[in-house]
Amino acid sequence: MGDGDIGTAAATQTITRRRLVRDSALTAGALALASQIDITYALAQDEGPIKVGWLGDRTGDFSVVGIQKFNAANLAVNELNEAGGVLGRELTLVAEDAQSDNQRYQQMTRKLILQDQVDVLHAGFTSASREAIRPIIDQNQVLYFYNNQYEGGVCDSWVFPTGAVPDHQVVPFVPAVMERFGNRFYTIAADYNFGQLTADWFKTTIEAQGGEIIGEEFIPLSVSQFSTSITNIQNAAPDVLIVLLVGIAQSSFYEQKNAAGMQVPMATTINMGQGYEHLRFPPPALNNMYVTVNFMEELAEQLETDFPDRIRALYPDAEYVGMEAAAEYEGINLWALAAEAAGTTEQDAVRQALETNITFEGPAGPVTIDPATHHTIRNIFLVHADEEHNIVLDDTFEAVRPDWLSQEMGCNLAETPDNTQYVPE
Amino acid sequence: MDGVFNALYQFQVSFSLLLLSAIGLAVIFGMMGVINLAHGEFMMLGAYITTIAGTNGAPLALAMLLGALGVGLFGAVMEIVVVRRLYGRLLDTVAATWAVGLILSQGTLILTGPSMQGISSPFGSFSVGATSYSWYRVALGLVSVALLIGLYLLFMKTKYGLRARATIQNPSIARALGVDTPRMYTITFALGSALAGLAGGLFAPTATIVPFFGVNYIVEAFVTVIVGGANALVGTPIAAALLGAVNAALGTEFGLYIGRVGLLLTTIVIIRVLPDGISGLIDRWRMRPTDSRSGR
Repeated sequence: MGDGDIGTAAATQTITRRRLVRDSALTAGALALASQIDITYALAQDEGPIKVGWLGDRTGDFSVVGIQKFNAANLAVNELNEAGGVLGRELTLVAEDAQSDNQRYQQMTRKLILQDQVDVLHAGFTSASREAIRPIIDQNQVLYFYNNQYEGGVCDSWVFPTGAVPDHQVVPFVPAVMERFGNRFYTIAADYNFGQLTADWFKTTIEAQGGEIIGEEFIPLSVSQFSTSITNIQNAAPDVLIVLLVGIAQSSFYEQKNAAGMQVPMATTINMGQGYEHLRFPPPALNNMYVTVNFMEELAEQLETDFPDRIRALYPDAEYVGMEAAAEYEGINLWALAAEAAGTTEQDAVRQALETNITFEGPAGPVTIDPATHHTIRNIFLVHADEEHNIVLDDTFEAVRPDWLSQEMGCNLAETPDNTQYVPE
Repeated sequence: MDGVFNALYQFQVSFSLLLLSAIGLAVIFGMMGVINLAHGEFMMLGAYITTIAGTNGAPLALAMLLGALGVGLFGAVMEIVVVRRLYGRLLDTVAATWAVGLILSQGTLILTGPSMQGISSPFGSFSVGATSYSWYRVALGLVSVALLIGLYLLFMKTKYGLRARATIQNPSIARALGVDTPRMYTITFALGSALAGLAGGLFAPTATIVPFFGVNYIVEAFVTVIVGGANALVGTPIAAALLGAVNAALGTEFGLYIGRVGLLLTTIVIIRVLPDGISGLIDRWRMRPTDSRSGR
């Protein structure tokens, strides 16, 4: 980030502290009053529209994906309203822009929960943003949907990570890639929790399958020049390059490695499906990039869904409809199904309803919430970009289960409350 | 042999990155004492004009020239409308140019969406030993050197250069001798802006074209200008060479992360020891007493 941003961060921090004191005082006051006005409060809540909180990156570094998620959230709410709302009540989307800034994520999460009193919160893109707001979620005990691909491992009573995790993306992926190209891997990854943990996942899975990691480099998010890395990778000569780069600066890697004539096949869990790099970069920069996704708009015809068309009916200028748009849409609908089943928007009742194998028929097939881990059982697709950047479907893995957390780490949220993020050993 | 070539290649990649990122900022800061916080957005604007012209069929060199001209023109307008009113008020210019930068990047986001298809790097690649390299990166190195020579000739051999140097040295005397100093400032600001636009255009084929494109270069630009000091022609290239060498050597040996740490640590040490930067040191050396009489 530039010099200017350092100033902003400092300024935001002071505001946040001041606001924290003020908000805490307000909360304390509200709690004292709440016991006396319980009944009036409950009545007021039932009369108005249901508030669906949305917090994401409509501007800034991550807006490439944030705008897709915002479009999908609006489509979901519009469709639910056209079908008569939830529990006979209309839904309103209370949306805030986090501007790709974790400080602002915290600020806006407090605002949505304490001031707007949303009935559910759909928020977050990077793992850093999720971890920044998760303590606020747990403290206020509000249902939180993180509709996004991530590194996995969050076992939290109030959190429903509906996107793809390494159980979905890495475990079936590694054998498929090894069979095609060989077993010597090199990793370059963004240097923060997502990149580090996903790289660990690849390493564990690759070594369990008899492959090896011959090199590894973690790169700060602000780096946009990869000349030395490209040379180092070429000198190591791996069979497959695992690329876990994140954000605008790091996405310059593809054009640079292409200009340098580097040919190695690439494997990733994040590119193309989220930030449509295959459309933003002139071919053949992403030639031979393999990725596991839960949705991409190029798969719409094969999946027989008109989801991208419905997004474009609402937002004719939408640049792309990717895997996180699908996850956002599914997350909001899963919550709506659970609220209907519970017969209320009351947090604990909806949470229990979510833990009854609730299933939504999404754009890419059925999505079921696993009661033990709050993650999803969903279909996953292995695709790659060819020389002209056409998306080729290589493999379909049906109803992939997120079982690592429950089987290896003993996470069982239907029985035992928890709020830990577990990491692979 | 491969190792030597690799070291040279990585050095010129780092050098041209730092130099091109910084040169527009350095000209405006050195000649006018204005810190242009919209520098990154000027580069972004240059990259967008170049990309739009390039994808619509203009030859790449022409597209880059259009980028430079477009941003230069924008810079001239901005000098007349905003910067001129704030001379001598350093912090006010910082705030005003930052605001222009925010308007530019968010305005671009609203107008063009979060990203745009870029243009490929031209010229292909070549191999030395087992490693392949980009010809375009070599071309960027050559362009940096050519640009430096061009700027030297402009400031030392032309009438504009003479008047511009007179204006920074002593505005009131320059004015008394008939130099139209406000016009000098407008031209110089436009020149710095055009250099930023050109740098953006030159980097466009190597990067993602997004409204926040400038953020990728702004740290490099400021660090190079601070280390180089106020004299853009002397300080900036030496700073780019020094920082580029540190960055390339550490990056090759220990990875990008350590390369960047090394670059920033070197910067801290240099500005601690030389608050006026490298050109400040050179000026002091040139002004040193040469014989016993002037040495008191």
